[in-house]
Amino acid sequence: MTTVAERPAATVPPAEPPFWHKRWIRYSIYAFSLALALSVTQEFAKLSTSDLTSSGTWSIALGWSVPILLAGMGGIFSERSGIVNIGLEGMMILGTWCGAYGTLLWGPWWGLAFAALGGALGGLVLAVATVTFGVDHIVAGVAINLMAPGVARFLSDLLFTPRGGSITQSPPISGVGSFSLPFLAGGTLFGWQSPDILGAIEDWDLFFISDIGGILRGFVSDMSWFTLLAYLLVPLAVWLLWRTAFGLRLRSCGEHPIAANSLGVNVYKYKYYGVFIGGALAGLGGGFLSVQLSGLYKEGQTLGKGFIGLATMIFGNWQPVGTALGALLFGFTETLRLRDPNAAHGLLLLITIGLAVIAFRKLILRQLEGLIYVVLAGIGMAFWYFSTDSVPNQLPRITPHIAVLVVLLFQTQHLRPPAAEGQPYRKGDT
Amino acid sequence: MVKRIGYAVAAPLAALILAFVVSSAVLLLSGSNPLTAWSNMWEFGTRLETILLAINRASALYISAIAVAIGFRMNLFNIGVEGQYILAAFMAAAVGSQIGPMNPILHVAIILLTAVAVGAAWSGLAGLMKVTRNVHEVISTIMLNAIAVAGVVSFLLAKWSAGSAGASASQTLDVALDPIPESGWLPSLNPLVEFFTRDIKRIDLFSFVLVAVAVGILYHFLINKTRLGFDLRATGANPMAAEASGVNPRKTILLAMVLSGAVAGLVGLGDLLGDAHAYNLRFFQGLGFSGIAVALLGRNNAIGVAFAAFAIGWLERSSGVLEVRGDASREIVTIMIGIIILAAVIAYALVERRRAADEARAAAAATEREVPA
Repeated sequence: MTTVAERPAATVPPAEPPFWHKRWIRYSIYAFSLALALSVTQEFAKLSTSDLTSSGTWSIALGWSVPILLAGMGGIFSERSGIVNIGLEGMMILGTWCGAYGTLLWGPWWGLAFAALGGALGGLVLAVATVTFGVDHIVAGVAINLMAPGVARFLSDLLFTPRGGSITQSPPISGVGSFSLPFLAGGTLFGWQSPDILGAIEDWDLFFISDIGGILRGFVSDMSWFTLLAYLLVPLAVWLLWRTAFGLRLRSCGEHPIAANSLGVNVYKYKYYGVFIGGALAGLGGGFLSVQLSGLYKEGQTLGKGFIGLATMIFGNWQPVGTALGALLFGFTETLRLRDPNAAHGLLLLITIGLAVIAFRKLILRQLEGLIYVVLAGIGMAFWYFSTDSVPNQLPRITPHIAVLVVLLFQTQHLRPPAAEGQPYRKGDT
Repeated sequence: MVKRIGYAVAAPLAALILAFVVSSAVLLLSGSNPLTAWSNMWEFGTRLETILLAINRASALYISAIAVAIGFRMNLFNIGVEGQYILAAFMAAAVGSQIGPMNPILHVAIILLTAVAVGAAWSGLAGLMKVTRNVHEVISTIMLNAIAVAGVVSFLLAKWSAGSAGASASQTLDVALDPIPESGWLPSLNPLVEFFTRDIKRIDLFSFVLVAVAVGILYHFLINKTRLGFDLRATGANPMAAEASGVNPRKTILLAMVLSGAVAGLVGLGDLLGDAHAYNLRFFQGLGFSGIAVALLGRNNAIGVAFAAFAIGWLERSSGVLEVRGDASREIVTIMIGIIILAAVIAYALVERRRAADEARAAAAATEREVPA
């Protein structure tokens, strides 16, 4: 009888991942490459204005990204609890109206709070329909989108018309204050005017360095206090959803409600939380749009931003950080549309460079599948760029929608929506 | 059977009553008298002219709802009717204005076919994305809506608009394509109505209503009497069972999307060929989303949807009087419609749950009888 000597299990430690696999290093590389691509574009596009990397552009882009960001975050809270939220647009519309009305009565901060309340009410309607009564999520969302403009119009006629507005718009209102960081962007510190370091760098007009200075200065200058709060929500949401018991329960309702129920989670309650918070965030986004960005409520001013928020959420893979990056990107294209349509032409070059980088990455990683499409798209973009002098003004407007379709078509394997999203759940289901 | 019909009628009726009560309460709270408001609306709404306007509106809503219903029958959500019909109406107006004057039948046929083809192509895109890359049709059609309306139509309208003052004209509401020559118009049905009733002033009953009727009949026939309709319903009821019995899911999805879009392409043509005769910026928007509501209210049934379309169309058309008489803002009706939809879908959900419970109980009773303990 022979015994096979038991071989000790291999104790080879797992190979240290290469340093570029560390998340923050990877993100830094991405950010660096993006800034480089922007400044190369700026340099080669020979724009009359330095709009792609100027602090003014990025400051406005930051502001315009806030409604998209908040709508997207609203979508995250709702969909992480398993409820598909097509009603974001309607909740945002309620937010624009409530924000303006609250501001008229009590000032901008209370106005924004009121906007959150308005959006949350829309969320509550969605939650009652979908969670309590088990109505299809898309149907309920569409109903909210149909109703919200009517509610806003009805209330405007009732409450804005006597105050000097009309059925389609409110009287002008003023938003919350804004600030610039001291030292970095020349903000004031206790009444003392600090130096504007990034501004000085931007003025050097050096390739790349000044461009980075401009972009960074855009992020820290002339920013409304509310923008700061909105972006602070991103880490807050990450913490809440991934580091607390509340978040774990909420996400478990979106992944596997039956399992969550069997572990004692009150699934209905958490779905209500998710949709309610989601509605409040979307309403807040709408409120920011009317109170801060527009200075009045105007019918139809959301221009489908709720849907763009939904798109941004998918673009960001149902994650707050990704959604924030998407919102910034789409805020940027929106700004180009508003400020300087010529600068949008430079975007074509930027996309070409981006496609070249992707193709290069695919080549060195030997992911040859799909390489040909990337190359072809890149050639097409380059051709478009060099054969024209401007792009249609409509292009920046629909960039988010095209971007999401492209992501859905070609990056599906990297997307991971909540597993039980959109499925009806009844207590007692097995 | 009686019970089933009872459920089917009770639910929307309950929704109507609830919506009526809630909007009366809203009117009271906003300081209007609901009684005078409703009685004015009834009086205005029962006039012949208002009813004809309501029928015009209802035929557009009906076609939009049928387009949605084709998808619904197999659990496909075509949220994109909105984009499909606006793009289709735009292209049809562009083509129609460039040809003719010619034989009216041919001219109208070309316009209708253009609209159908464009609608089908645009929703076919969403269908292709679904069957090749598994992109959910709700997301893709929402995105395609924006791309169609804010992108393609907006761009081409600025480019092709008549009397092209170019960029400066795009700031005003008067941007429009060339008008369609008269041979491409759809005649008014007024003589027919006047024959039975009295003279009609200032309002045309579009003969487009006949197109809507034809669409309804074709839809009923397609869903209930053809192989494709059976496949659609089977896939909607149980996709796995349908596939096991030989239904090709990809082909069915693609066909359903294309058909839905083809019907959607017709939605805007009543207004285009009966009244406006040219595509302009004032062109109706929102019919696609209302169509979803109408389809839900009418339970995807050719007859039920017709009732729903007329009800919604009538509410929309007779609400104008509220503002004229200073009773209330006409938006109360939009709110009312929203409540009707929400209440109806909730009522349907409850009824469905009730029916499932009944069925389970009946099944349990049957098994008990068969297997005595």
